[in-house]
Parts: sequence; C-alpha cells; structure tokens
Amino acid sequence: MTVESGAATTAAPALDQPAPDTPDQAGEFIQLLTPEGERIDHPDYPLDLPADDIRSMYRDLVLVRTIDTVAISLQRQGELGIWASLLGQEAAQIGSGRALSPDDMVFPTYREHGVAWCRGIDPVKLLELYRGVSHGGWAPEEHKFGLYTIVIGAQTLHATGYAMGIQRDGADRGEAVIAYFGDGATSQGDVNEAFVWASVFNAPIVFFCQNNQWAISEPLEKQSRIPLYQRARGFGFPGLRVDGNDVLACYAVTQKALQAAREGQGPTLIEAFTYRMGAHTTTDDPTRYRLASELEMWKLRDPIERVRAYLVRGGLADAEFLAEVDAEAKQVGARVREACRNMPDPPPLALFDNVYAEPTTLLREERERYAAYLDSFEEAAGR
Amino acid sequence: MTKLTLSRGINEGLRKALENDPKVLIMGEDVGKLGGVFRVTDALQKDFGEARVIDTPLAESGIVGTAIGLALRGYRPVCEIQFDGFVFPAVDQIVSQLAKMRYRSRGQVSLPVVIRIPCGGGIGAVEHHSESPEVLFAHTAGLRVVACSDAADAFTMIQQSISSDDPVIFFEPKRRYWDKAEVDTAAGVAGALPFDQARVVLDGADVTLLCYGPLVRTCLESAAAAREDGRSVEVIDLRSLSPLDMDTITASVRKTGRCVVAHEAPVFAGLGAEIAARVTERCFYHLEAPVLRVGGFATPYPPSRLEEHYLPDLDRILDAVDRSFGY
Repeated sequence: MTVESGAATTAAPALDQPAPDTPDQAGEFIQLLTPEGERIDHPDYPLDLPADDIRSMYRDLVLVRTIDTVAISLQRQGELGIWASLLGQEAAQIGSGRALSPDDMVFPTYREHGVAWCRGIDPVKLLELYRGVSHGGWAPEEHKFGLYTIVIGAQTLHATGYAMGIQRDGADRGEAVIAYFGDGATSQGDVNEAFVWASVFNAPIVFFCQNNQWAISEPLEKQSRIPLYQRARGFGFPGLRVDGNDVLACYAVTQKALQAAREGQGPTLIEAFTYRMGAHTTTDDPTRYRLASELEMWKLRDPIERVRAYLVRGGLADAEFLAEVDAEAKQVGARVREACRNMPDPPPLALFDNVYAEPTTLLREERERYAAYLDSFEEAAGR
Repeated sequence: MTKLTLSRGINEGLRKALENDPKVLIMGEDVGKLGGVFRVTDALQKDFGEARVIDTPLAESGIVGTAIGLALRGYRPVCEIQFDGFVFPAVDQIVSQLAKMRYRSRGQVSLPVVIRIPCGGGIGAVEHHSESPEVLFAHTAGLRVVACSDAADAFTMIQQSISSDDPVIFFEPKRRYWDKAEVDTAAGVAGALPFDQARVVLDGADVTLLCYGPLVRTCLESAAAAREDGRSVEVIDLRSLSPLDMDTITASVRKTGRCVVAHEAPVFAGLGAEIAARVTERCFYHLEAPVLRVGGFATPYPPSRLEEHYLPDLDRILDAVDRSFGY
C-alpha cells in the first residue's frame, strides 16, 4: 500500500524534534520569593514567617552549601571516594526539610544533605558513606531520616510502605512521610509503583521530586514529554510545581502537603523546579553535555542570594548577622574537614558484622579463618 | 493431630502467626477474598480484616518494597509472590534493599519480612510457572532461604520464618501443595526443629541423598526402590538452603562415604555445586566417590509436555545413586 503524501502532516514528531510539551522552562510555578529577593503572595500559600525563621533558613542554606563545598574539596584531596553535590538545590532541601514535624519520616536519595541537616544528622556521618567507612550508619528512627538509598527510586516504595504502617498504627497519629527523588527517578518502575500504592491505599505521603533538570548527562526531555507534576493526575492525586530555588515556597507547599497527608487526604506530588549547578558527582564532567550559558542563567536564580537580598533590603538582617553566619560556616567547614581527615578506617573484621541478627556458622568460620590469616602476617613480622 | 494438605499446613501456620502477633501482615496479589491462587491464605482476610491481609496492586517490586517500609515501621509482613517466575521484578528490592539493610545500617535496622514463593515444576503449567530460583537468593548475603517439603514442617517453618528478625525467602513446592500429612496444629513451635537445620528423614548406611522441597518425596521413593536392590540410602531434607546445615550433612557423608545432591534447579552453578565443594573439603578422606549431582538441565524450563524429562524423577535419582557406586 502506498502512503499518501498528505499523511506525513499527521505523523508523530520526528525523533530529533523536541517533544511538544517539553518542560524546558519553568512556566508557571508557585513562588513566594523572586530571584531578585522580592516577596510575593500566592493565594493558596499564605505564609507569615517571623523574621527569625527566615534568618535561620538563610543560615541553614549557607551552612549546607559550605559543607558541600568542603566535601567536594575533600574528594579532590583524596579524603572522600566520591561526593554527590547538592549545589543549587539548597532551597528545595532546606525549605522542605524545615516543613517537617519531628514525627514525620524522611526517605532520602544520596543527595539529601540539606534535609539531613534539618533532621540533625551530623554531616560527618554523611561523609562516612562517601569516604567508604560505612554504607550509612545513622539510626533512621532516632532522626526520622532513612538511610541514603543509591538505587534510583527504590526508597519511594519503602516510604509508601512506611506510610501504610502509619495508617495501620491509627489514623490520628499526626505523622506523614516524605519521599525524595529526582527527575530521572520518575522513569523508574519503583517510583511509578509507589505512586500506584500510595494512591489506592490513600497513604499519608508527600512525593518530593527535585527536578534538577539533569540525570547525569540526560536532560529532562529524555524522561518526560509532560511536566513531571502533571503525572500525579494520572495516578489520582494532586501534583504541583514549586520554584525549587525559593526556600519560602518550598517550605509552604511542603508544609501544606504534609498536613493534607496527616489529615487523611492522601499523597501529593511536589515537583521542585531547580537546577543541579554542579556535576552529578565528583566523577562527572558536565562540560561534555551541557552549555556554560545554562549554568550562567541558573546562577541568576541562586537559592541563597535571593534570601540574602530579601533580608538585607527589608532590614531583617544587618552586616553583623551576615558576618556571623559566614563565621559559623567557616567553623562548621573546619570541623567537618578535620573530622573527615581523622576518621579511622573500621577494623578489618568489622566487615563480617551485621549480616544477620546473629552470625551464621558460615560467617563465624569465614571470620575466624580470615582473622587467623591476618594474624599469620603479624606473627611473621614479629619473628 | 489432623491430616492436612501442605497448603493447609501453611495456612494454619499463617493463622497462628496472625493470632499471636498483631504486627504480622499478609500481602500479595489475590491473597484476600480469593485466598491466593493456591488458596494458601484462604479465609485469612475474612478473619483478620483487610488492613492485615492486603490485596495489593499487581506489581512484585511494589509488594516487596512496601513490605520493607512496613517492616521499618515495626510490622512483620509476609509477602506472597504468586509464582516463582514472577519474583524477578522484585529482585532489586530483595537483593539490593531487603538483604542489605541490616548491614547498611550497621545493625540498627531489622527487616523481618518473609517472602513466600511457590516453586518448582510438575504441574503442567505454562512458562514462568515452574522455576526454581533459590540459588539466586542463597547467593545473596543477608537473606535466609528455606524450603518446606511437607505439611507438618511447613506449619512450623512458616511460623519460625515470621518470628525471625532476618528476611526469609520461603519456598513452597507447588506440586506438593495437595500432599497430606499429620499436623499437630495445637502444638507450639518452641520444641520444633530450628528452621535453619536439616532433617534426616530416612536413616541409611550406604549413600547420603540430599534434597529439599519437591524432591524430598521423590528421593524417599528412590530410597525405597534402592532398598529393594539392597542399598541403604540416607535421605536428608536440607530445609535451610542458606545458611546450610553442614554439620548434619558432614556427619551423614562421613558415615556413608557417598553423597548425591538432587534439585529441580539446573545443576550448573546450582546449590549442589556449593554442597559438593564443601562436602569434598570436609569429608575428603571419607569419600568413596565424588559428590554427584542430579537436577535440571542447562536449559530454560521446557514446555510442560517435556517437563518429565527435565525434572529429576525416581529413576534419574536412582541412576545418580548407581553412578556413585560405580567408583
């Protein structure tokens, strides 16, 4: 059969054309603080934070960026094996992290250093993982902050199951769960399964997607033809997009979504529209796949500068306060640097610990044999 | 004592666990009103409610992933994977998450999750319904892997698995679901054989025959046939595939001097390979013959009209026993 020439006009777009609804621009999103530091109102998100709180948010933003900068340096100096930078995503993490109540449970990826900071996790604990001293090692229930999860999207199912547990513990516990993931993760089966589960069980969970535009080298249009937040509709729960570089807006939308979850209204998907200003990790080289001009554009939307501008312009912070924060950042950075450099390797036989609740016969045998093997060197050296 | 099918034995064990611990949950596809495609969870949702016996959406990774979350919250979920061949979408959650969370957390997190998997062939099924993937999980540190072989053992082993603070992959031999055995459902599990130990199901003197799950019955039948030839076969039901109860195995092989391992899974890189290596190390001077293996071929599971050729049956197991005496 011959295809009529006119049929070409109704064909699908060619593969090398951008998809029609590619969200390469933010378009509309919820914003309370413009990149210039101008406070604007949003009818659905009235926010009246005391100046102290905003100053405190500013402090958090500066401190986590400092810790991130120190960690990158430590990797360059050979003290860390790798580091996943949060540069550019500070507002999304501090805004959402500070919206959590103490009882809410967090399920992070491996980049949620800002949220970890909000949950009281010592940054040195995070460095343990990237130094290769442990795979994690904080007590999730103690901080209500799960272990870093490296397999993309796997934690969203854990978060959903945890939220189902909250439901089974009793409806009026006033707890909710927040699951963090990125734009790349939205292509994972697990994330989509988590959406299905959360929806049909009406689980008290907030899905917080930091759309930082890049999954290592793959831009968002490799993951989606529609804005990510719109996916929620297909699963049967609300989705919204927030300026991910606006700490106040991230705070407000997360707080509202968590409250809805606690009140039995089920899940919400928040797409925090942000930008990964650094490399994927310290092993990555973004100059191979993206333009410097893109980074320059996003620098104008920096999540910290706008808060500083707002505080200074409104007379909410003076030079002394800013200097204090900078001084504290220096101190925290120095402490983290020092602690990392002095972090000892675990003893060799620790590698056999905590495989099972009680060591199996096999593990005991392997441990004993390896201990004897190690001892044989010491004996030889002693002679 | 009551005579129960194996599927009923598991059902009664699940019921006990649900009664004894309010944190125990059942979750899976069709486990509610239907009672599971093999009826193992029959009537449990009716008696314990939809919050504890959960019909899940149809996605295996989701079943295991949310079970992990529930376990993190303090629950003890028992997941049903409908058939062996459907566990693979859940392998990332099982291998990368469930098995490793205790280690990752340096002992601060326990995940008491049981994953029940009907396994093996012999029921004339279509593709993906007859697999024996146990060695994938036995190869994964952090998991316990067990296989039940009769109703009485299944009744206690499922309860022991649920009580375990480690994740357990619980294999159920689907072609034996309808086999009956005497079960004392009033008895507690306190005095029962621990679920990580093997059981000598038939004493013998001349050769040790190791098996588990669906082949225990077949091996007992082979042993009865061998007796007619004047050979005394000791049959051991391994029960626990990881960890392996090497003490029971070693004691038997040192006594008999011969060892044959039978399983439905492919022989190549199967559990028998690990057992052969370990038995050789431990019993080298007691062995009269190399450890022999009999099992599935190095092929995918065949169409069901060919499965009688693929599955080790009485005669193929006897043939392996005979070969052992040929050295």
